[in-house]
Amino acid sequence: MTITKIQREIRLGLKSLLQHKLRSSLTMLGMVFGVGSVIAMLAVGEGASKQALDQIRKLGSNNIIITAMKPVEEQSQQTTRTFMSIYGLLYDDERRIAESFPHVVRTVPVKIIRKEGRLGERALDLRILGTTPNWFELVRRPMIAGRALSSHDILSYSNVVVLTEFGARRLLAASSTIGQTLRLGSDYYEIVGILKSENDQGGALQTPDQQIDAYIPINVAKARFGDIFNSFGSGSRTRELVELHQIIAEIDSVANVETTAAGIKTMLQRFHKKTDYQLSVPLALLRQAEATKHTFNVVLGSIAGISLLVGGIGIMNIMLASVTERTREIGIRRAIGAKRRQIISQFLVETLVLSTTGGITGIGIGLIIPWMITLIAGMPTVVTLFSLILSLGISLAVGIVFGLYPAVRAAGLDPIEALRHQ
Amino acid sequence: MANSGSLANLDLPAAAQFRNINKIYRMGMSEVRALDNVSVVFEQGTFWAIQGASGSGKSTLLNVLGCLDRPTSGQYLLQGRNISQLDDDEQSEIRLRSIGFIFQSFNLIQQSTVEENIELPLYYQGWPPEASSERARELATLVGLDSRLGHRPMELSGGQQQRVAIARSLANDPAILLADEPTGNLDSKTSQEIMQLLCELHSQGKTIIMVTHESDIAAFAGKHLFMKDGCVERMEG
Repeated sequence: MTITKIQREIRLGLKSLLQHKLRSSLTMLGMVFGVGSVIAMLAVGEGASKQALDQIRKLGSNNIIITAMKPVEEQSQQTTRTFMSIYGLLYDDERRIAESFPHVVRTVPVKIIRKEGRLGERALDLRILGTTPNWFELVRRPMIAGRALSSHDILSYSNVVVLTEFGARRLLAASSTIGQTLRLGSDYYEIVGILKSENDQGGALQTPDQQIDAYIPINVAKARFGDIFNSFGSGSRTRELVELHQIIAEIDSVANVETTAAGIKTMLQRFHKKTDYQLSVPLALLRQAEATKHTFNVVLGSIAGISLLVGGIGIMNIMLASVTERTREIGIRRAIGAKRRQIISQFLVETLVLSTTGGITGIGIGLIIPWMITLIAGMPTVVTLFSLILSLGISLAVGIVFGLYPAVRAAGLDPIEALRHQ
Repeated sequence: MANSGSLANLDLPAAAQFRNINKIYRMGMSEVRALDNVSVVFEQGTFWAIQGASGSGKSTLLNVLGCLDRPTSGQYLLQGRNISQLDDDEQSEIRLRSIGFIFQSFNLIQQSTVEENIELPLYYQGWPPEASSERARELATLVGLDSRLGHRPMELSGGQQQRVAIARSLANDPAILLADEPTGNLDSKTSQEIMQLLCELHSQGKTIIMVTHESDIAAFAGKHLFMKDGCVERMEG
């Protein structure tokens, strides 16, 4: 078949579609929303899982995070007013982890104290993190000004603090930040550095208040604030003894993360009578999230497939009805000398034009819906090229398959019978 | 079988010729002989009227002539070529190139304009759009409808619709023009006009074969063929 012949047949198909505007647009509607919903659904699914995966990746897939956790049985005993709960990770835990596991590259102990920071007239509630220089190697965030904590600070028990960009901006309007003194509790600390804040932050897995972090040497934190924390609730006072709030262990390679995590767990179980810690492995979470994403995609894909199938059946339905309705026309064309193949291609071109136009309009809708979801609900959405190709491909395939049957049926009619049809 | 009527015209070449054509329909267990050993010669440039009661086989005869139906046995020669056992595509090709149809109910495509209806055979012949448009204009002028090219069949009277159908049947310059009760849906005045148009075409040299049961319409034809029970009863003219 030559190009001009194909052109003619497409023109004939278009003409006939334009002659039945309502029917054509109704047929297309199914395809439009089929394709549109497929793209939108996949975009929402992709966006949600990307957000989760990004959060987990930020924690570092090479890390094992052990967090102090108040045991459940102690939480329920809080009615005893003067009770002091002792829980959490120990300084010894960190030492043991660092010393006994060969794959552990470095460990970072973290002690968290909530205190108000004061600088002249300004005050800001800070989350003070008593930690070691290792923290800065683990987090790998650039310094905006000054320096990070150094091992010298630890050795010399220096009253030094590193602020985050956000915290610094809130406390210091002036430009000369480094060298100023910040009051934390009853002591004064010299600001030695400012750490860059993370751009997109938030989410359940990431610590939500890391923007107001202030980093001081861990031994200074222990000396100035001690290990006992008093907190005052409504009419009650709780006392807690916690040595370390968090230990982060970096493992040399991803392959050793899970075995080391199991080892650490066994070791902690031996030294802790109560389960007053929680061990989380971002890598395992990542794997889990990826598995969830896979399930999610399968579910969404099936829903999408069904909606496209419904769209396709809609096309077949209308094409079949149109074959019946146009039996007379088919008979006339056949009597005048149209070959079977020409009738098939006429109907096929019609369905192809319908499903392509429907598919492309559907892509437009599939791009608008996720955009509106992001705009209105604030949910992240990711439209992938794959979903565009998939839905357009399926809509074309559905168009061919469901359009071919009515077309073949139309062409198979005996012209004499077809002409007799009223 | 009385086919002696054609013997007088041996000097004229045959446009279409039936040699012992049989057409048998199977209806369950029983057989219906729609055409029973029919032999006729339709000479070039003649105007035939085929008459007979309903069920006499005149429609089947026209369908076989028009390549819409295949004879069960026998030979059908169109312009000297045996076309009795062609496949579907070849039959379509014969209809497209050599046969013009005029139907009782006009059989125009309702959604298409007059021009598009006339162009239809040319479309399937693969004519370029400009040429077929030009040809449609000529044919519309011939049947007196050149001012209605953009109209749809619904907007025309019955007589005008039949004129469009005649114009369409002439588009491929057919070897034989087949008319199945061309005036069956028209009033007597319009019928006369349509018959005059057909006579005019005949006088220009067209071979026309018309099925009718009205004797006043049949009177326009020069030759008459009477069918009865699938057989040729007699021929006149």
